[in-house]
Amino acid sequence: MTLLELAPGETARIDAIDTSDAGVQRLMVLGLVEGAELTYIRSSLGGDPLEFRIYGAAISLRREQAGRFTVSPVGSA
Amino acid sequence: MNQQAEVSVSVESIGHRRRPDATIAVIGNPNAGKSALFNRLTGMNQKTANYPGVTVERRSGRCTTGSDTFELIDLPGTYSLTPNSTDEKVSVSVLFGRVDQTSVPDGIIAVIDSTRLYQGLYLLQQLAELGRPLIVALTMTDAAERDGIRVDVERLSAVFGGIPVFPVVATTGRGFDALREGIAAMQGASAPGSPAVWPELSAAVDELSAELANAPVRWQRAEIERWLIEGDVVLEETGLEHPSPEQTQRAAVLRTGLFGDQPPLAVEARRRYQWNREVLAGIVRSEKQLVSAGARLIELINRPWFSTVLFLLTMAIVFQAVFSWATVFMDAIDGTFAALGGAISSTLPEGMLASLLTDGIIAGVGSVVIFLPQILILFMFIILLEDTGYLARAAFLMDRAMRSIGLSGQSVIPLLSSFACAVPSIMATRVIPNRRDRIATIMAAPFMTCSARLPVYAVLIGAFVPAREIIGLNLQGLVLLGLYMVGIMGGVGTALILKRSALKSAKPVFILALPEYRRPDFRSVVVKLLDRARVFLRRAGTVIFTVAIIVWALAYFPRSESVAADQALAVAAAEAELTGDALAERLAEIDNEAGAAQLEQSLLGRAGQAIEPVFSPLGWDWKVSAAVIASFPAREVVVAVLGTIYAVGDEADEQTVGERLQSATWPDGSPVYTLPMVFGLLIFYAWCLQCAATVAIIRRETNGWRWAVFSWSYMTGLAYLAAMLIFQVGSALN
Repeated sequence: MTLLELAPGETARIDAIDTSDAGVQRLMVLGLVEGAELTYIRSSLGGDPLEFRIYGAAISLRREQAGRFTVSPVGSA
Repeated sequence: MNQQAEVSVSVESIGHRRRPDATIAVIGNPNAGKSALFNRLTGMNQKTANYPGVTVERRSGRCTTGSDTFELIDLPGTYSLTPNSTDEKVSVSVLFGRVDQTSVPDGIIAVIDSTRLYQGLYLLQQLAELGRPLIVALTMTDAAERDGIRVDVERLSAVFGGIPVFPVVATTGRGFDALREGIAAMQGASAPGSPAVWPELSAAVDELSAELANAPVRWQRAEIERWLIEGDVVLEETGLEHPSPEQTQRAAVLRTGLFGDQPPLAVEARRRYQWNREVLAGIVRSEKQLVSAGARLIELINRPWFSTVLFLLTMAIVFQAVFSWATVFMDAIDGTFAALGGAISSTLPEGMLASLLTDGIIAGVGSVVIFLPQILILFMFIILLEDTGYLARAAFLMDRAMRSIGLSGQSVIPLLSSFACAVPSIMATRVIPNRRDRIATIMAAPFMTCSARLPVYAVLIGAFVPAREIIGLNLQGLVLLGLYMVGIMGGVGTALILKRSALKSAKPVFILALPEYRRPDFRSVVVKLLDRARVFLRRAGTVIFTVAIIVWALAYFPRSESVAADQALAVAAAEAELTGDALAERLAEIDNEAGAAQLEQSLLGRAGQAIEPVFSPLGWDWKVSAAVIASFPAREVVVAVLGTIYAVGDEADEQTVGERLQSATWPDGSPVYTLPMVFGLLIFYAWCLQCAATVAIIRRETNGWRWAVFSWSYMTGLAYLAAMLIFQVGSALN
């Protein structure tokens, strides 16, 4: 599954990343790398972009990039 | 935020100040509390200047500890030494000493947010590899405690080779004495060791370092590392010479070994963050906290719909405040200037000097300075929205809507701050990574109703829109709101057209760090507000003062002998025929008529009449035309010029500029300011780019005249056509 399939409040660990997208590389510099855990918080008006929380920091990304992160759930916050 | 870049003065020329003992760079992630820390360390002792030879702003301040004085440089926030935006490029260039060779920072203060150590340590790793004296200011420690986060400061220091770490709270000043001592101790200190995050990379850098030892420009170790990871793009910015083919080939081999077929930046991020996670497990202890009432409230505020309603409500309060809260202060300023004018006319004999002081300077400058309270209230709200972290939320909310006009949420923050002033907002576009998006945003920004438009709107609306209630809403307020909408429409339309034509680009990536809401730092708000007040008053004291005197002189000279002679005859005749009140009334009338006749044949009168044909399709007489032309350097000047023109002319008896406008007539006696003409004039001011500072900043931020000239001609042309359309259609319907 990808980041797009998480429910609000659900936490997941990143397993694999499609790094072909330049935006994805910038997200990796913000800490979205394999092994990192993040929690889906909510979507904005109209369902895009999405807000995630990663080790205390809130980050907004668009669905287009979020779909390139393969994750496995680790539980609910 | 300072819009007028001061000429940088060499330190030696400031006699009483001695050369700072060292230059220290202050750097950190965005929203890590860097500005609050900088403001507390330097107090009001700050200046904004430009780096010599380049158009990059340099915010610096002095910090004194004991007998030592340090110059602190406040650098834009960044997450890494790989810049994505213009803003981040500045930070990286300064850290590497590429901008200003004479002041390679002697030391670095890394501002690290203790609630976001995961990202903070990424930058800290890279800073440690720069090999300069480095200390850590660990901010937001109060927020961390509240959230149940305990940071083991000693262990953090130990994993970074004994780097000094100072926990602080910038808003209260906790920990600052120790931090100041730490800054002083950086002098002559050696760089802390950098942790062994990635031994293979270090080995590769060592190897290239030996290869490049004979290069004409000495490479810094960290520059070699950036070149390995980012490639030749680094060379363009460093001005370093391209390495020889053999060295380039050697680097390519090393890259394959380090990164394989993966993007180097992705590999770097994986390595560094893996290390961060391992290290943080030993440094940070997080205790589960009960969800506080505050957290629940924030959860509610952040819900998209609630958030949107709240935003609209906030804006409504802002506009309300700008008009109602400011009245008391404005009346006070008005009273002061009126008293000043009265005192001068009663002490000085009637004549040129009295006219210059009262009609020129006091009427001109006073009519603009009166808007200081409104402008400060508007700025206060924008600064508060920014400093609480709310504007970033607005960017998150608006991303989807902005995408429909070809931009991203990233453009929302500059566009919202344009409601205060386009100049800092255009500088704020530096955070937008995509150049085409950035230019489209810059082109849209001057359309937003800035605070300098308020005086013009306030005078015209106050004079010509009745203060009636319509379904419980003030009609004047509604018209003002409408003008804000007109501005937004102009900006949105412009961005839409540009993004579909000249500035077409692939869909921009939108990545945004959402800062936590926080209580704004009182000092920072005050510093920024004082800065705005200074800029505004400086403009009033220089540009507007000068324009007021010039306009007065043009309106006063030459004095016509024949008009004066006619006036004397009329006065003599009146004195022979009339007595008492009737005489006084007649004398005032003669005085006004003479004033009007003098103005008509003055230099300004003649010039105005010469350009009148250009503006007659808009319904403007020569006085309005002259005032509009004079206000191209700064739009609020129009109020000053109208104040002066009508103070000299036959409307001088009326008390306020508004009343003088109401009584202005064409030679045939019909009013100049008809409703279609007033609305045309308002639209003209909504869309025209009458601000030399904005044109200058567009040129600076886009590196050339092209977009500045385009913006000016496009907005002026659009404003003219719109004003003409409204006047012509409106007059035809009447």
